[in-house]
Amino acid sequence: MVDAAPWWAVVTAPVLLAAFALCAIGYDAVLAAREAARPIRMTTPARPLLEVPRLLVSQPRRLPAPDALLWRTGVITVPVAAVLSTAVIPFGHVVVADLPVGVVWFNAMEVLTWAGLWMAGWGPNAVFSLVGGYRYVAQGLAYELPLMFALMTPAIRAQSLRVGDIAAAQSQVWFAVWMPVAFVVYLAGVLAFSFLGPFSYPVGQDIAGGLLGEASGVDRLLLSAGRWLLLAAGSAMAVPLFLGGGAGPVLPAWTWSAIKTLAVLALLVWVRRRLPVIRADRYVELAWVVLIPLTVLQALVPALVVLGGGR
Amino acid sequence: MEMAVFWVLAVPALAGGVLVFRCGSMARATFALLSSLICVGGEVVLLGLPYLGVVIILMMVMEMVVMAVFMIAYMMNPAGLTPMSMVHNKRGSAVISVAVFVALAAGIFLVPWPRRAGSPPPDTTFQVGVSLMGGQMLTMITLGFVLLATMVGATVLATRRGRYDRFGDDLDRRPAHDPAGGGVGR
Repeated sequence: MVDAAPWWAVVTAPVLLAAFALCAIGYDAVLAAREAARPIRMTTPARPLLEVPRLLVSQPRRLPAPDALLWRTGVITVPVAAVLSTAVIPFGHVVVADLPVGVVWFNAMEVLTWAGLWMAGWGPNAVFSLVGGYRYVAQGLAYELPLMFALMTPAIRAQSLRVGDIAAAQSQVWFAVWMPVAFVVYLAGVLAFSFLGPFSYPVGQDIAGGLLGEASGVDRLLLSAGRWLLLAAGSAMAVPLFLGGGAGPVLPAWTWSAIKTLAVLALLVWVRRRLPVIRADRYVELAWVVLIPLTVLQALVPALVVLGGGR
Repeated sequence: MEMAVFWVLAVPALAGGVLVFRCGSMARATFALLSSLICVGGEVVLLGLPYLGVVIILMMVMEMVVMAVFMIAYMMNPAGLTPMSMVHNKRGSAVISVAVFVALAAGIFLVPWPRRAGSPPPDTTFQVGVSLMGGQMLTMITLGFVLLATMVGATVLATRRGRYDRFGDDLDRRPAHDPAGGGVGR
């Protein structure tokens, strides 16, 4: 079903991920323009990219007694984790590394952002930045367990942690259809680990930008890019996990993967602009009291189906 | 190739372990330990146990981040930016740790390792699952409940507030009186 990609996929996979992230940024800019009743022109989607050259040439902010080592490590970890997580995501029929434990790999790379963002908050030796880092960890404790159960649910049904097997197990019906709770919790998790929209609490305006508050120049560029890369990676992973992978009529598999990824991205970007920011202390109660029991029950459904011999 | 990967992971794993005791900052010590443990996870993958290896990385990242939060909150050096030491009995602990390391490393070379009987299983993840949940299913489930009960019990014992603080003397106050309101509004 899924074949190992040729060696140059190591280069094309990050480029593809960046392309998806750019699509999301462009769509976000269009939505922002519409909300502000600004005219939408051909150049509107590209406007946020004007930040890139500005950040590249701007003079970095200097702070007293920063922990430069941890700061740089943390900032670099975020986009690197996003790129590494795509190694196991099949695009059409090819995948960079078809690991037998692909789901766990994706989860581990996504959790690396905990360390990365905490270090990025700690590094500048500034209060609001540190508060932002702690907020991300608090939010992580809230979203991570429901997300883990949501990742587990398709794997239980497919009886495999290999992402290709999970996509192949949906030849009849998409997992999104009969695992709706896991699907929704997964999508919420994607927004949460890319700290966008309702989960942008770590970079909240109430703490002057938090994690991004003291980041300037290339640091800021890498952190902002990392968020959108994480969003794109999470959307791409939703396709093999819940939306049947590259399966679809007429068109080749890679087009279906691209179409589905873009659809999930569009949905998440739209949701990001619709929902207000939720505080971590409020979300943690919702996550632990409501979402964990729901996702455990959701994981029970495919477990019973598998035990009942439904293959 | 395998030997090269082994050494590439082994040297930073040891270096990270040493750095834990050399770093002046609690945050750096924590993440030195994390880098060491990530390398250990890589070594476990190299042993042909990809599930355990990746899970070690996954769990250790989460654990070390939470540990950083608590260590910085509770260690003698709250900011973690000024020089500090991870050990109290410096000479004694150095002697103990070197002795333990030498004993374990010597054990690797002195133990008569058994020859492999049969071929390695195709899916070690499945093997791990069977050995944990096959014959030892009852043990593992009991252990799970004991751990959960311990955690809940410890939290209940540690917290000063009980249900009478939350719901009032007659347990009829709604919503509960909590220092921080939760999202469900209980």
